[in-house]
Amino acid sequence: MTHNGKNERVVITGLGIVCPLGHDVETMWQAVLAGKSGAAKTTIFDASTFPTTFSSEVKDYDFAKFTKNPNLHKDGNRGSKFAVGAAVQACKQAGINVETDTPADGIDRKRMGIYLGAGEGAANHEAFFGAIAAGWDNQTNQMDWTKWANTAAVKMKAMHELEQEANMPAAHIAMLTGARGPSRSCLTACAASTQAVGEATMMIRRGGADVVIAGGAHSMIHPLGITGFSRLTALSRRNDSPETASRPFTASRDGFVIGEGAAILILESLSSAKKRGAKILAEVIGYGSSSDAFRITDMHEEGRGAIQAMTRALTDAGISCGDVNYINTHGTSTAENDSIETKAIKTVFKENAKNTPASSVKSTLGHLIGAAGAAELITCVLAIRDNTAPPTMNLNDPDPKLDLDYVPNKPRKMQIDIAMNESFGFGGQNNVVIIKRFREN
Amino acid sequence: MSSTRVVITGIGAISPLGLTVNDMWQGLCAGRCGISKITAFDPAGFDCQLAGQVPDYKIQEYVPKSHRKAVKLMSKDIELAVVAAKEALTDSGLITKGIDPEKINVTPERMAINLGAGLISCDVIEMAPAVAASLVDGKFDMRKWGKDGLSLVTPLWLLKYLPNMLACHVGIIHDIEGPSNTITCAEVAGHIAIAEAAEIIARGSSDIALAGGAESKINPVLIMRQCLIKRATTQHNDDCEGACRPFDAEASGSVFGDGGGIVVLENLDNATKRGAKIYAEIVGTGQSASINPAYEHIEPDGKGLTIAIENALAQANISPKDIDLIIPHGVGIPQDDAAEARGIEAAMGTETKRIPVWPTKSMLSNTGAACGGLDVIAAVCAMRDGLIPAAKNCTRKAAECNLNIVKEATKTDIRYALCCGYTYGGQTAAVILKKFEN
Repeated sequence: MTHNGKNERVVITGLGIVCPLGHDVETMWQAVLAGKSGAAKTTIFDASTFPTTFSSEVKDYDFAKFTKNPNLHKDGNRGSKFAVGAAVQACKQAGINVETDTPADGIDRKRMGIYLGAGEGAANHEAFFGAIAAGWDNQTNQMDWTKWANTAAVKMKAMHELEQEANMPAAHIAMLTGARGPSRSCLTACAASTQAVGEATMMIRRGGADVVIAGGAHSMIHPLGITGFSRLTALSRRNDSPETASRPFTASRDGFVIGEGAAILILESLSSAKKRGAKILAEVIGYGSSSDAFRITDMHEEGRGAIQAMTRALTDAGISCGDVNYINTHGTSTAENDSIETKAIKTVFKENAKNTPASSVKSTLGHLIGAAGAAELITCVLAIRDNTAPPTMNLNDPDPKLDLDYVPNKPRKMQIDIAMNESFGFGGQNNVVIIKRFREN
Repeated sequence: MSSTRVVITGIGAISPLGLTVNDMWQGLCAGRCGISKITAFDPAGFDCQLAGQVPDYKIQEYVPKSHRKAVKLMSKDIELAVVAAKEALTDSGLITKGIDPEKINVTPERMAINLGAGLISCDVIEMAPAVAASLVDGKFDMRKWGKDGLSLVTPLWLLKYLPNMLACHVGIIHDIEGPSNTITCAEVAGHIAIAEAAEIIARGSSDIALAGGAESKINPVLIMRQCLIKRATTQHNDDCEGACRPFDAEASGSVFGDGGGIVVLENLDNATKRGAKIYAEIVGTGQSASINPAYEHIEPDGKGLTIAIENALAQANISPKDIDLIIPHGVGIPQDDAAEARGIEAAMGTETKRIPVWPTKSMLSNTGAACGGLDVIAAVCAMRDGLIPAAKNCTRKAAECNLNIVKEATKTDIRYALCCGYTYGGQTAAVILKKFEN
């Protein structure tokens, strides 16, 4: 295995998002700063009798507005369709041509990769539950597989089945952009798209691609997803007040608010960006990945893996914790995450912990699962651009044991040159990416 | 950074041909077919009733006492990864917490794990009582599910089915605290996971990595899915031996199965220092994407595969003349096999006629995310023994296929072997192994 010996600097030249607070970056950012919530009663399916009846849905989204060729993407799962919209926006900002056989943007398609942290498409629940209902004999506890198959064969639709695969959003982005470089999809639970951005950065650094369309796309707001998280008691059950349910770092937090969406960042080697005269939005300077290797069901009590990921990212960036101006936390609003994450930040940041603002935009966006990390990284880019830390909303009853500066309830104007984005996933997956205001030297 | 050499020092395989690498390799050499009539459920109502089924095993025997309680959280996919990982680590001589906690000889923070995983489909039977409690007038009712069905689902149910749980269980058992990733690129996930793990070592983020993949395709939902997408053969329900026919004129579709193929990758310095047995070196990897509006298949000219192979050759700094063996994806779907053959031919040029091509899925079946790991291990064994076994079921080559499909077992020195793959959705990958030379 050889590197090209260059170790390219990696910059961000485009952003795109489709999320519960809007279908473009500026709308989302203004809503986050205004402390709006994406949460409301679930409409994607009838969740009225579920333990949690609300979620942070992408509303009124029309993917066809983003493409000349909606037919090509019409079978896409929710994540795939979100990814199309987000990718088109990001490419446009970066000056990358889409939907053309003759791109004139100066980027060799063989040098343009894709790296998404993307999740599954929703099961066809009518077919899934219907086939079980047709085949199961409750007296004998036996499945008649022929009856099951006969129902499934009629109710399951070929393209819907194909679109359940987690690599489908990447397929749509390839068709959209003609990208022929390395294409990868990863799914490390809630840390997936931070990992995708991190690994994509490494890909460019070593010379494996000049441009990577990186980020995440996911919707788990489907009956089986909500069932699974409900049984884990991971979701907030504050059904009477969806907008205030995501309340990271408070004493009354009772779980996360599930969201959905897609967030795409155009990562590019500095030399490519300069050659094309692309506007540089920020630089990716550090990435750290680790696993807790502790328990399937719980995070390590001291945040061992989170500490490792932060430390590795700082080392990779060649900076110390005192250089970080702002932390965009994983901050899920679950009892476990918020307290262990706080502990881990304190271990890594030591005396700097309390004066490094650390907020959670999940208080407004909700938790976009596979797409969360990339969406939050976009808010970091904007935080640097506007020198403004986004707030942790609903922080009215701080947990007395959690004593960092979480930027409660309103955004803060402050100098932000370096921001750290943290994402942690079930099973002990930890990924941290650090970005910096771009300067030539 | 100039170059860090990455070598393979351990291999582990659970496949339809057996529970170990040796079982698999002996089976491949003997031309045994691991495909049989599905026994996990009654397949009579399915258009394809065949699968590559792994022999029975007791998962408890592969899991240290400290992790026994977590066995109930393991879907079949996770079990397959746990079994293959244990063999690979044991074979490498590395002693992790899961091998022997008294004799650990690795640094957990310097170990990575990178596995390909499929989209795990849940156990239909496990769900059935909850569904049965959610019927109104014999039909499933979502409100009743929310009220009565949902609470019958076992509390930790979701954790059995998150794709990253393969790497998490293996990581917990063996105390792997370095970078951990789960590649979800369907049938090419294993190839890509190995490529990325090699990159992680090359960039210095770890010294050792477990890489490969595992997947269980034998689930009624997944088999039905492949039938509906028309990728599964429906012509051979009474002919297991002849069912999967890569590059054959009579090919009619793929056969899906269970498997796990995991290798130990290691920084050469690390391997040399500890006197490890070195199987092969990973000298080049490449990746690209097929772009096809009908994205359940790859594009007819296989261009995405050609680019991946060219990139791998370039990184290895070799030409097609140097390649002694190709293990292709070769799934037995006529349209995809034809496209793959064209893609390989475009990359190999005039060498196409010479280079032996040995598809394995006629024997191993199509094990999804496990394919890449199993094929790399098969290539390692071929290299070790200087032997390319005969391809099975390619009795009359498809008209448009110009590949040199291996007709008879051949003793030959293999210096460079290429494993390539692709998936529906279009991602492609190539991995080039080199016989180890100091």
